[in-house]
Amino acid sequence: MEATTVAKTGTEGQTWGGGEEKPLKASYGKLMMWFFISSDALTFSGFLAAYGFSRFKFIEEWPIADEVFNHFPFLHGVDAPMYYVALMTFILIFSSVTMVLAVDAGHEMKKDKVVTYMALTILGGVIFLGSQAWEWKNFIQGEYGAVETRSGKIIQFVDADGDRIALDEFATASPKDRTQHLAKNGIWFSSESSLNPMALEDVKRGFEANENLRVRTMQITEEGEKEILTREESLLKLNTSGVGIIEGASLSQNEYGAPLFGGFFFFITGFHGFHVLSGVLILIIVFFNVLVGTYEKRGSYEMVEKVGLYWHFIDLVWVFVFTFFYLV
Amino acid sequence: MAHDTTHAEHAGPKKRIWQVFIILSLLTILEVGLGILKPDFLVHNDLVSLSYLNWIFIVLTIVKAYYIVWAFMHMEHESPSLRRVVVWSGIFLISYLIAILLIEGSYIQEVYTDGYITWDF
Repeated sequence: MEATTVAKTGTEGQTWGGGEEKPLKASYGKLMMWFFISSDALTFSGFLAAYGFSRFKFIEEWPIADEVFNHFPFLHGVDAPMYYVALMTFILIFSSVTMVLAVDAGHEMKKDKVVTYMALTILGGVIFLGSQAWEWKNFIQGEYGAVETRSGKIIQFVDADGDRIALDEFATASPKDRTQHLAKNGIWFSSESSLNPMALEDVKRGFEANENLRVRTMQITEEGEKEILTREESLLKLNTSGVGIIEGASLSQNEYGAPLFGGFFFFITGFHGFHVLSGVLILIIVFFNVLVGTYEKRGSYEMVEKVGLYWHFIDLVWVFVFTFFYLV
Repeated sequence: MAHDTTHAEHAGPKKRIWQVFIILSLLTILEVGLGILKPDFLVHNDLVSLSYLNWIFIVLTIVKAYYIVWAFMHMEHESPSLRRVVVWSGIFLISYLIAILLIEGSYIQEVYTDGYITWDF
């Protein structure tokens, strides 16, 4: 039955009249992927803009990224600012290249090539995830340690040349009562803390004994470096306002500076890492579909193209995270 | 810019992919190099409360984003309407968000530093 009850609008055959033509000349799947990417891009923008907000709020005391992220595998104690993140960026860009090559091979219906390039992409994603885990490990472990002040600020320690010096290099151990952690004191026995944990008194005593040491505050000077106090000011600062020692980073405090810095690091790189992880999983599923010839039978490798869009989006987000977390 | 998914000639897209890869790599090397060297002239001169160096980083990032979206995500082959839907809505919303949050952030920083309460004790 012809729908006589539906009013004709007189726009049949026009673009705005609806009908057979695909909206925006893209398939349903690709269109939905673009919608998802747009909304996800806004989510990430929200996070990065919040990071910008907090950074502008603490503009004079934010940690300097070069000093925080200066590790490179197998180069212990070598100051290698950003080399590792740059390497991670290359890995991700290169996995984007292999992904786009896989999409291109899909257009040509060359199954073997799609398989090879997708395998390389998955490999790149896994290496990136491993690198990020290593980056987190270094961040959580910390390197030098710091003292927290009453107001929740951080003070760090430098020698006469202004080079950072780790707490355990100058803190002098003091005899303390040792209470053994027993199973009856906890829900379960996990492990015992180290034999003689460092305490604030040890740091204070070690600092007083070593004339060369100075305190470095969170304040950024005109030269764009952290302020270093004189010996007298340093002693005063440490003795009057130090309340505890911080080694490494947790969600609530970190040895690098503003507590928010750690929170944003974990949240933004973590959320991005979660995207990479889910990207790798989706890639693996599509990879097996390619292997068993699902898309060959379907006559179109559009699924590879769609997962490709997602994968490039992850690369795109990383480009921004890299800039705003590590460079700016 | 034709909507061409069959690719009659196969050398074209591959060449473009490697070209874009080289461009992205060079831009990243440039960024990292500048980040490590931090030339004094670029660090100590500001344009709208942001140093030249940071402006360079942001502009280069946007250039990289352009290449990723246009070449890798095949935005250059999509219809102009799809391109505008995705790109413009993003650009408008994100610029608004950034403007609001950064202006507020620097206002709070002002209160924080010039107020009568001391935060560092």
